[in-house]
Amino acid sequence: MKNIWVLAQRELKGYFASSIAYIVLAMFAVIFGYFFYSATAIFVDYSMRSMMQRGMAPPVNLNDFIIRPLLMNVSVIVLFLMPMITMRLFAEEKRSGTIELLMTSPLRDIEIILGKWLAAMLLYLCLLGISALNILVLFLHGRPDWRALLVGYLGLLLLGAAFLGLGSFVSTLTKNQIVAASLTFGVFLMLWVLDWVTSYSTTTLGKVVAYLSITTHFEPFAKGVLELKDAIYYLSVIFLGIFLTARSMESLRWRA
Amino acid sequence: MIKVEGLTKRYDRTTAVDHISFEVQKGQIVGFLGPNGAGKTTTMRVLTCFLPPTEGKASVAGYDVQEHPLDVKRHIGYLPESPPLYPEMEVDEYLAFTGRIKGVSSGGIRRRVDDVTERCALGDVRKKLISKLSRGYRQRVGLAQALIHNPDVLILDEPTAGLDPKQIIETRKLIHDLSGEHTIILSTHILPEVSTTCQLVIIINQGKLEAIDTPENLTARLQGHETIFVEVEGPADQVAARLQGLAGVTRVTRKDGQAGRNSWEIETAKDHNIRSLLAHAVVTSGWGLHELRPVGLSLEEIFLKLTTSDKAAEAAAEKQASGGTS
Ligand SMILES: Nc1ncnc2c1ncn2[C@@H]1O[C@H](COP(=O)(O)OP(=O)(O)OP(=O)(O)O)[C@@H](O)[C@H]1O
Ligand SMILES: [Mg+2]
Repeated sequence: MKNIWVLAQRELKGYFASSIAYIVLAMFAVIFGYFFYSATAIFVDYSMRSMMQRGMAPPVNLNDFIIRPLLMNVSVIVLFLMPMITMRLFAEEKRSGTIELLMTSPLRDIEIILGKWLAAMLLYLCLLGISALNILVLFLHGRPDWRALLVGYLGLLLLGAAFLGLGSFVSTLTKNQIVAASLTFGVFLMLWVLDWVTSYSTTTLGKVVAYLSITTHFEPFAKGVLELKDAIYYLSVIFLGIFLTARSMESLRWRA
Repeated sequence: MIKVEGLTKRYDRTTAVDHISFEVQKGQIVGFLGPNGAGKTTTMRVLTCFLPPTEGKASVAGYDVQEHPLDVKRHIGYLPESPPLYPEMEVDEYLAFTGRIKGVSSGGIRRRVDDVTERCALGDVRKKLISKLSRGYRQRVGLAQALIHNPDVLILDEPTAGLDPKQIIETRKLIHDLSGEHTIILSTHILPEVSTTCQLVIIINQGKLEAIDTPENLTARLQGHETIFVEVEGPADQVAARLQGLAGVTRVTRKDGQAGRNSWEIETAKDHNIRSLLAHAVVTSGWGLHELRPVGLSLEEIFLKLTTSDKAAEAAAEKQASGGTS
């Protein structure tokens, strides 16, 4: 446990020293800020018109109108930014040779993997924190359902953790951060668009493929609906990602 | 302390290490000597549990590298070929980090960092970013990292590579001071390094163990014969004939001498103390004896001999064998 935290601290430091952390956070803040502004502007416009037409308070719901689409947006932005967070995890250590330090220190592979995963997770939490700050502004002006919001954030947390697991696996495959990022992005994009099969296929295979899609499982969370099968899906992907990373590290020793 | 038995490591096609066996006692400094691609780094990587062996066994401090890798790693301080540094960290911070992952308690870490920075003469750069350090300082930080948890065994892959002559001497001295309480294996292809610092030399070439002995014994062993240098004032052809005629002399080679004097290198059978005989012969013939001294083989020559002549002999033997069968 102690080792995981020591490794995570170093990794976080690396994120900020290499300015990847600042770039990711700034990009997220700008893009999310833009979406947030647009969503509220549309909402304000809509409620104004409904007030003028009917002469009463807006019947529209903050959750349905702003929070749900925003959370969906976050899931997409994250899909694009996540490769930047995971690309360096192992690729950079392999390139600089520091992997030799880690692998010859009395650490278990799983401690190394979890340390890195935890650091990436903390950076991701900062990112979610930025979006939460924006959304909290809504509480000053209205009464959104905070339970639905919490479920939405739980969904984002699971989604991010799953992306990070897979991303760190891809990062073990190469010494080159750019290659790692590109591959990771390709994998994420593929997982994202898998559910498109539902638009033309109704066979069992089609359903299975759609089930594998990483974003379909997020929609219920965004609506504030916590369903076991979606949570299980993400937990399995997290587990799979960490398992694959561990196997890949093992084979790193054999290939080295 | 370190025991290697029939160790073999194959990469896809190349056999980097081929059935190597050796043993190192506690407190010894062992020099691992071999040309580029000999398999030094590979052997060290197996000992440090970075790579698993293809065949054979290796154990450090009584723990097998494959069965108890964590225990082995706790007992080893390893300086890889290129120091494994995080450029974005300060020296102090980096050493504290490496100490923590090697199991130094958070309470003891301060003292350990103070200790290794002093030993490796890093006092001036403790607060500097590693990315701003020169090559030599980075190498020293790498060495400090290997020492941080005060391990029983130190495995140093070319510890003096990239250092200036003054630093090389300091590093050798440091390694020498560390011996006794630590068991040390270091690799190098610089020969004076082993003769000055090591008590045991292991010579490998193309993955095969060529020799393992003390530097002194190696020198003696390779001297199947003794070579003596003489400088004589006298008629060259007569002197040569006289020397050649002495019992035990196998060969006389003329060397360039100074004006009026002639010098020869005389090869004699080993343990056939011929020096007094030589002196007597020269003096009784009425010539002037200016110099008479044994010529020792330097380790450099041994090295060349081991890796060139043995190979040549092997190749010849192989040729003969294949010629015989066909
Ligand atoms: N990762 C690898 N994959 C394939 N072959 C390798 C690998 N690492 C080393 N080798 C090969 O194994 C052999 C031994 O290499 P090694 O690095 O152990 O030599 P060395 O004695 O350390 O040489 P040097 O003095 O140049 O450091 C070489 O022929 C090398 O090409
Ligand atoms: Mg080497």
